[in-house]
Amino acid sequence: MAPQQPFALFDIDHQLSPEEIAVRDTVRRFVADRIRPDIAEWFETGTLPARELAREMGAMGLLGMHLDGYGCAGMSAVDYGLACLELEAGDSGIRSLVSVTGSLAMFAIHAFGSEEQKNEWLPPLARGEMLGCFGLTEADFGSDPAGMRTSAKQDGDDWILDGSKMWITNGNVADVAVVWARTDDGIRGFVVPLDTAGVTVNEIHHKMSLRASVTSELVFDSVRLPATAMLPGVRGLKGPLSCLNEARFGIVFGTLGAARDCVETTLDYALAREQFGRPIAAFQLTQRKLAEMTVGLGNGMLLALHLGRLKDAGIVRPEQVSVGKMNNARTALDIARECRSILGANGVTLEYPVIRHMNNLESVFTYEGTNEMHTLVVGQALTGIPAYR
Amino acid sequence: MKIAVCVKQVPDTWAEKKLTDADRTLDRESADGVMNELDEYAVEEALLLTEASGGEVVAVSMGPDKAEETVRKALQMGADSGIHIVDDSLHGSDAIATSLVLSKVLADKGFDLIIFGSESTDARMSVVPAMVAERLGVPQMTFANKVEVAGETLKIQRQTEYGYDEVESSTPAVVSVVEKINEPRYPSFKGIMAAKKKPIETVTVADAGVDAGQVGLAAAWSQVDQFSERPPKAAGVKIEDDGSGGVKIAEYLSEQKFI
Repeated sequence: MAPQQPFALFDIDHQLSPEEIAVRDTVRRFVADRIRPDIAEWFETGTLPARELAREMGAMGLLGMHLDGYGCAGMSAVDYGLACLELEAGDSGIRSLVSVTGSLAMFAIHAFGSEEQKNEWLPPLARGEMLGCFGLTEADFGSDPAGMRTSAKQDGDDWILDGSKMWITNGNVADVAVVWARTDDGIRGFVVPLDTAGVTVNEIHHKMSLRASVTSELVFDSVRLPATAMLPGVRGLKGPLSCLNEARFGIVFGTLGAARDCVETTLDYALAREQFGRPIAAFQLTQRKLAEMTVGLGNGMLLALHLGRLKDAGIVRPEQVSVGKMNNARTALDIARECRSILGANGVTLEYPVIRHMNNLESVFTYEGTNEMHTLVVGQALTGIPAYR
Repeated sequence: MKIAVCVKQVPDTWAEKKLTDADRTLDRESADGVMNELDEYAVEEALLLTEASGGEVVAVSMGPDKAEETVRKALQMGADSGIHIVDDSLHGSDAIATSLVLSKVLADKGFDLIIFGSESTDARMSVVPAMVAERLGVPQMTFANKVEVAGETLKIQRQTEYGYDEVESSTPAVVSVVEKINEPRYPSFKGIMAAKKKPIETVTVADAGVDAGQVGLAAAWSQVDQFSERPPKAAGVKIEDDGSGGVKIAEYLSEQKFI
């Protein structure tokens, strides 16, 4: 029997329409041409030609692809998931760039913005001429954003924004941020051009994960914003949380891309690498690892597609997305670690993508809702009792 | 400018290609079908030409039901409409029959250019463009690595082993392109969405005005009587260098007719 790739074992393509396959193939080819040749070097040097890539992604229609109108491509949730999967098979940092621009910044403006805000920001963001970021997390408030200190106070018609946001993907390469701040009227969102006086953006260095991704701190020192900067369509934490729900839906698929790349790499390696006179793929211990990983990967993909179909039907619930993020981020991280063990010493170098994916997935495991928080969301859904409050 | 691009669905370039035991034709079930790679360059060139000076691109493919995917791919890249020639009687057609059907379908539709990839990765004969040109009685501007159209004058650079020839003709004409000519685009998401609504006309052999007896396996001028699988790779030859390594390598290469 000829060796087969993990998703072929599950006949995943059978679940996809010809258009979905076309979307997947377009992104897969972009990743093969533009990401794979350079990604190890970008990771090693901690650099990313974000603006250049954004313009190419914009031309393809990747940025805000699941939004309608305003220059966005209007694709389905499954299309978006498949795109995230292929991007993350390249690198989680590349997928993060797309997630944050499309699902966090653009989605927030699309869902809650005024007509003027949508017309001003969405077309250039969709074209990749501009990049967006999203400021919710603070240094002291991660899983518990309700405690945020960043505030906006009214001064005549204007708003004065003070505080800081931490772990902001794209910060130093972004033109605009959607920032959530405490006001007398509850938590509100603001569209903040990053060249506004009083905004400082500091890049976070010394990361061992998502090195091919820009991570920043945004500092707001008496930043004066016009009344038109506020997102009129939402009040309270449900605003940012619904954006995160969009982004983590992409992660449900994306993590599987990183895991698939690990398994495919490892399968090739195990068939080629010989010890004791036979390929290490011939040993039962290796086969067990390969089989368990592939089952995990295929199950994750079936779950992702199921959630995608629910989302396209407009009936997916946040706790279901939590099931997907919780399961698939954990599965992918476990797979990456197991693959590293099969690659032996070669597994620790950037010659192979495995340890890069493994380190990246440590971040993905934590961001967009930690594994612990998603576990508690699922616990609450089952028992009706919120264990974290 | 009205341009037809002829595209072919072939087994995935990297897949092992097989013949069927039943009639020794290509086993299309054994591998995924994709657009022949050189045809992507043909589509790209047609799109570049019409984007520069206006016009219409029609993607044309002859092949079984599944070949519609390849027409659709051309529409996703940006072609305006498609023609899919599909008919059970076409199964096993050779290049002569293929060129007959294509030329009948393409004739009298007012195309200024008919663009092909210069060869397909499955049959690799490179003859269909020339045959179609001959049947239509128009210039055959094959193996182009550059195409320019000014009015009714077509200029190409024909790729040769040592450089290129500059060739000029009138239009309408048949052009085949080599891979140096451009960099095919990815279908954009908007292109994928738009392609859902673009029309694909289905044409049978009878619609094309061709007698079914002139096409298909029975009418082919050559047939595969038998085939055998390629033998597995033999172990290499190891030459110990005792001072005469160079001579031995040269002798080996010469024996194998590499030099």
